[in-house]
Amino acid sequence: MGTLELVLLTIATAATPLLLAAMGELVVERAGVLNLGVEGMMIMGAVSGFGAAYATGSPWLGLLAAIIVGALFSLLFAFLTLTLVTNQVATGLALTLLGLGLSGMIGERFVGLPGVKMRVLDIPVLSDLPLVGRLLFGQDPIFYISIFVVFGVSWFLFRTRAGLTLRAVGDSHKSAHALGIKVIAIRYAAVMFGGACAGMAGGYLSLVYVPQWVENMSAGRGWIALALVVFASWRPWRVLAGAYLFGGISIMQLHIQAVRLEDLAFLPRPVFWVAEVVKSIPAQFLSSLPYLATVVVLVLISRNRRLTMMNTPASLGQPFVPDR
Amino acid sequence: MKKMLFALAASAAVLIAGGASAQDKTKACFIYVGPIGDFGWSYQHHQGALEMQKNLGGEEKVEIAYLESVPEGADAERALERFARSGCNIIFTTSFGYMDATNKVAAKFPDVKFEHATGYKRETPNVATYNSKFHEGRYVQGVIAAKMSKGGVAGYIASFPIPEVVMGINAFVLGAQSVNPDFKVKVVWANTWFDPGKEADAAKTLIDQGVDIITQHTDSTAPIQVAHERGIKAFGQASDMIKFGPETQLTSIIDNWGPYYTERVKAVMDGTWKQIDIWGGMHDGHVVMAPYTNMPDDVKAAAEETEAKIKNQTFNPFTGPIKKQDGSEWLKDGEVAEDGVLLGLNFYVAGVDDKLPQ
Repeated sequence: MGTLELVLLTIATAATPLLLAAMGELVVERAGVLNLGVEGMMIMGAVSGFGAAYATGSPWLGLLAAIIVGALFSLLFAFLTLTLVTNQVATGLALTLLGLGLSGMIGERFVGLPGVKMRVLDIPVLSDLPLVGRLLFGQDPIFYISIFVVFGVSWFLFRTRAGLTLRAVGDSHKSAHALGIKVIAIRYAAVMFGGACAGMAGGYLSLVYVPQWVENMSAGRGWIALALVVFASWRPWRVLAGAYLFGGISIMQLHIQAVRLEDLAFLPRPVFWVAEVVKSIPAQFLSSLPYLATVVVLVLISRNRRLTMMNTPASLGQPFVPDR
Repeated sequence: MKKMLFALAASAAVLIAGGASAQDKTKACFIYVGPIGDFGWSYQHHQGALEMQKNLGGEEKVEIAYLESVPEGADAERALERFARSGCNIIFTTSFGYMDATNKVAAKFPDVKFEHATGYKRETPNVATYNSKFHEGRYVQGVIAAKMSKGGVAGYIASFPIPEVVMGINAFVLGAQSVNPDFKVKVVWANTWFDPGKEADAAKTLIDQGVDIITQHTDSTAPIQVAHERGIKAFGQASDMIKFGPETQLTSIIDNWGPYYTERVKAVMDGTWKQIDIWGGMHDGHVVMAPYTNMPDDVKAAAEETEAKIKNQTFNPFTGPIKKQDGSEWLKDGEVAEDGVLLGLNFYVAGVDDKLPQ
């Protein structure tokens, strides 16, 4: 395998958990609910995924457990914010705190145990194709699921009646309610889908990324996923691009640090000069790029009101109490 | 946002910890930068705390309270102040970034003893600093790396460009160059002490760029697992990580804090506690090497010989002639670096393949 292929594979690994968690949150926010508990649901998915895989020896059961626990955990958020109409921001933050603490407690017995790693796909001939072989046909199953989720969500939101209904609920819950749409039920479903996706992202961390359990192993990826949804202005394909951009930046900055300029001497001059400039940028600055990019995008989209109105779910974060 | 959350969680945890009574018991409190389940830095500090408690008569005599994952910087101050108010007799702050917070809070609570790990500021008489010469172990690792590496390039996953870490990189390079003068080290700064995902990415990056030995100055076991997957050798960090790479770990530098914590808490009990600044190494038993594994006998012998020389203090890793990275002379032949210079080290020695972030 060439270096380029290896780099691309590493980027895919870094991007997949962001992509999954952000796709889930996108659906939640499209339904008009702001769930800041992504980090908490993710870490709960990670600990239960590890635990189930360790107990049964099957990474698939681990993945299933991660998805189910993520969804159940989000149900708590749904009950509080949708049925009891608590403040969504505060409840989401509480969910994150609860998840971080609870996972640490549950996971205490898993610390230091060897994990079960999900195998990568291996198709004869296809997986061995030069350059694209491993990338397209030789990755872990969750990678393919994440791409499928992008197709699925995009198709669902913009090509189906149910998707239209969900977006209507997110844009104006009052009108949707007046039309006889079950706003609360749809939001419950959306929140649980978000929880399942975040749980799967967590499972990816403890089953593929680093097959082990350590407290706080999500290390802020849930927050990046939240930023990513805004960065992508609530469009599925832009989430895909954003996740790979964010993942790419975080991997490339490591490569830029490790590479010796002398080893790049073979590059054409202009490219070499670019490399020289990039190498002189401090690594700390590069690490902050995903957040910086989100701020820039927020500034850009807020300049164009029409564009903002078109994509932002109009009832995002607003509580809904049906008047009887 | 994340910081705020941790601070909230931290203060909540202190409230709970503070509820317990502390009459005839001595209360020793610990602030950790990561979770105690990191199997690295914070894990070892906590092991030291537990050992201390056992040595000094168990739970009847010593009460332990601790806070995990406390962010460095201003947030630590609140956590420390809560601890000081909750009846702690001695507080250990176990990361470099707690330095200013420790000194600030110590000035407000003259009756509480503060011990800050890896720092150098002791602004009031109730602040002591303690550290270990981990670089002694890194020198031994360098010797092993140079003997084991086929390509002559090792990968180094670093956390933050503080003297402690720079010293480690330099010691590793010097150890390696004592075997192979052309040995090179590639350094990647992860800018975190603990993020298994990012550390794994850093390890993959280094391996993709052709290194065949990995060493780390970050706290998780992820790099050693990646090394295992890719079939190369690696060194553990802070604790014995052999479980995570039975065929991968060459050795590991074990931080052995138990004896020191026992000594200091006992001093508080006896009323003999005094401000000190200690920098213990292999000689004092503060730095211990995990068993040498996965290497041929001659490499093992060389490692053991180096370790013995450092342990009986006949050899100091920072002994001249040593050149700085830019080629200028740092230490003359036979000259030994002063501790003060080492503790503020902010430059590389010749042979490090990296530009030190300033």
